Amino acid sequence: MTALVLLDHEEGRIRKSALSAVTAASQLGDVHVLVAGDAAVAQAAAAIPGVAKVLHAADAQYAHELAEPLAALIVSLAGGYDQIVAAASAVGKNVLPRAAALLDVQPIPEVVSIVDAETFVRPIYAGNALATVRSSDAKKVLTVRGSAFDAAPAEGGSAPIETVAPATNPNVSEFVAVHLSDSERPELESARVVVSGGRGLQSEEKFHILEPLADKLGAAIGASRAAVDSGFVPNEFQVGQTGKIVAPELYLAFGISGAIQHLAGMKDSRVIVAVNKDPEAPIFQVADYGIVGDLFEIVPALTEALN
Amino acid sequence: MKIVVPVKRVVDYNIKPRVKADGSGVETTGVKMSMNPFDEIAVEEAVRLKEKGVASEVVVVSIGVQQAQDTLRTAMAMGADRAILVLSEESPEPLAVAKVLKAINEKEQPGLFILGKQAIDDDMNATGQMLAGLLGWGQGTFAGKVEVADGRVKVSREIDGGTEDVSLALPAVVTADLRLNEPRYASLPNIMKARKKPTETLKAEDLGVDMTRRLTVVSVAEPQQRQAGVKVGSVGELVEKLRNEAKVI
Ligand SMILES: Cc1cc2nc3c(=O)[nH]c(=O)nc-3n(C[C@H](O)[C@H](O)[C@H](O)COP(=O)(O)OP(=O)(O)OC[C@H]3O[C@@H](n4cnc5c(N)ncnc54)[C@H](O)[C@@H]3O)c2cc1C
Ligand SMILES: Nc1ncnc2c1ncn2[C@@H]1O[C@H](COP(=O)(O)O)[C@@H](O)[C@H]1O
Repeated sequence: MTALVLLDHEEGRIRKSALSAVTAASQLGDVHVLVAGDAAVAQAAAAIPGVAKVLHAADAQYAHELAEPLAALIVSLAGGYDQIVAAASAVGKNVLPRAAALLDVQPIPEVVSIVDAETFVRPIYAGNALATVRSSDAKKVLTVRGSAFDAAPAEGGSAPIETVAPATNPNVSEFVAVHLSDSERPELESARVVVSGGRGLQSEEKFHILEPLADKLGAAIGASRAAVDSGFVPNEFQVGQTGKIVAPELYLAFGISGAIQHLAGMKDSRVIVAVNKDPEAPIFQVADYGIVGDLFEIVPALTEALN
Repeated sequence: MKIVVPVKRVVDYNIKPRVKADGSGVETTGVKMSMNPFDEIAVEEAVRLKEKGVASEVVVVSIGVQQAQDTLRTAMAMGADRAILVLSEESPEPLAVAKVLKAINEKEQPGLFILGKQAIDDDMNATGQMLAGLLGWGQGTFAGKVEVADGRVKVSREIDGGTEDVSLALPAVVTADLRLNEPRYASLPNIMKARKKPTETLKAEDLGVDMTRRLTVVSVAEPQQRQAGVKVGSVGELVEKLRNEAKVI
């Protein structure tokens, strides 16, 4: 069996979650990867151990990984593959269901475990239940959750690169612009430590109090939906059912109550620390270590204590 | 321009879901059901486009059991003009839903479909993308901002590293993310008025759609529960535990 993995990338780098998708796909059989756009990314993909072939879609229409042309391309290549796989990233979630519909396949989103070639485990209801589902489709289309599979190593392989012919572009969409927040910090989804803030941070200005602590810990910064909705931080910081799913070694939650939608995104962290002034806050039910108190006193003290 | 908004009836987001003892699924009987929160946002956006004069009519559609009628009423109380209920099993798969919506497109010929980005029960995040694929239309998923002008729709999308703007030819499919708008509460007079708005009831078979599931549920289980840990009295104690007990710093 051979799987085709859509390897999505950002600013010339393969997303870590896409490397996890390679690991997941290798549990099913041989792995070919598809890189849309950036030639340097196709080169980097060839070095991933376990990748047997890199398909490079070099044509300009694929440069921004737009769903409409990319799904058409995947469909044109799908004949040779038993599985089409991608990370459950913004790109994977956008492109794969469209390709699946064109293949008359019901996709299997956010797979966290592969039982066998037909059977997959995926969380439902914000991770409050785990469903094991069996697909009767001849071809499987799945996205996999990065936090559930180790990333494939980036170096060691030397796969051939083949340039693939473009498929017919539906020509219904145009890329206009992308606005990426530039950050020196590690990527939220793959950081070893995440420092997260909620509504308790009160304002955009006060949210900065978390930065020296994150610097000290080499941590990524995350947030609850309430913090994002209130404009303290941009949308890409959101952790939860409908934000990013993280599972770092250490997750520190400040001023976050612990709604199920937030827990859905972080409860698989190895160690959870919660700081909240409300002793009844549900976040304490999942925290390994909790402090009841005012975060505006505790955050600076903790930063200081780590010196 | 007509807008069609598909709305799903799901377990209310405030309820903690419980796995059935026999492992066949999540308990929905006797549980409070509501409109999927993302679909409220989708309805709100469509109604605002109508209020701005961009849209002429807002039609809401639900595919599910008879009780989905209540969800459609809520959408009409928010300002949708009429509703279509397509009777099927309780939570049909995105592929089947997309096929039903494609059939609805043939009947209704809207200029825009606005869906929620994700139904919070099955967490599929797939139907809008699949519908756009089946129709051969552009898709503006995870929308944080939507502007319709000159036969196109410009969508600002929430992506992993920030936002992305795309421009789509109309007709198109948009899926609503959390920050697109804040849905209104239906006022009592509007709830009364909604009772008089028309609902058409169809069966999936009438539309010629095969609803057979492609994914069979083998089992549904509770995930491993985390144990609550300890509360520590001071920052010093926390640092000590993180260093020597958890060994994470
Ligand atoms: C469809 C849907 C999807 C959602 N998706 C997500 C998601 O992906 N991620 C997400 O996070 N949420 C999500 N939510 C929202 C979720 O239900 C909660 O509303 C949200 O997580 C609450 O954020 P919060 O904990 O920051 O705010 P609150 O619940 O308001 O909690 C703030 C906490 O801060 C504490 N606090 C205040 N001041 C201080 C202080 N000085 N010191 C210490 N503690 C203090 C308070 O005691 C309180 O516990 C979603 C909701 C819906 C309906
Ligand atoms: N049974 C349904 N009836 C109406 N709309 C639905 C149904 N299922 C899904 N949808 C729409 O598709 C969106 C995404 O759902 P899903 O792909 O299941 O996560 C929802 O927010 C709804 O707008």
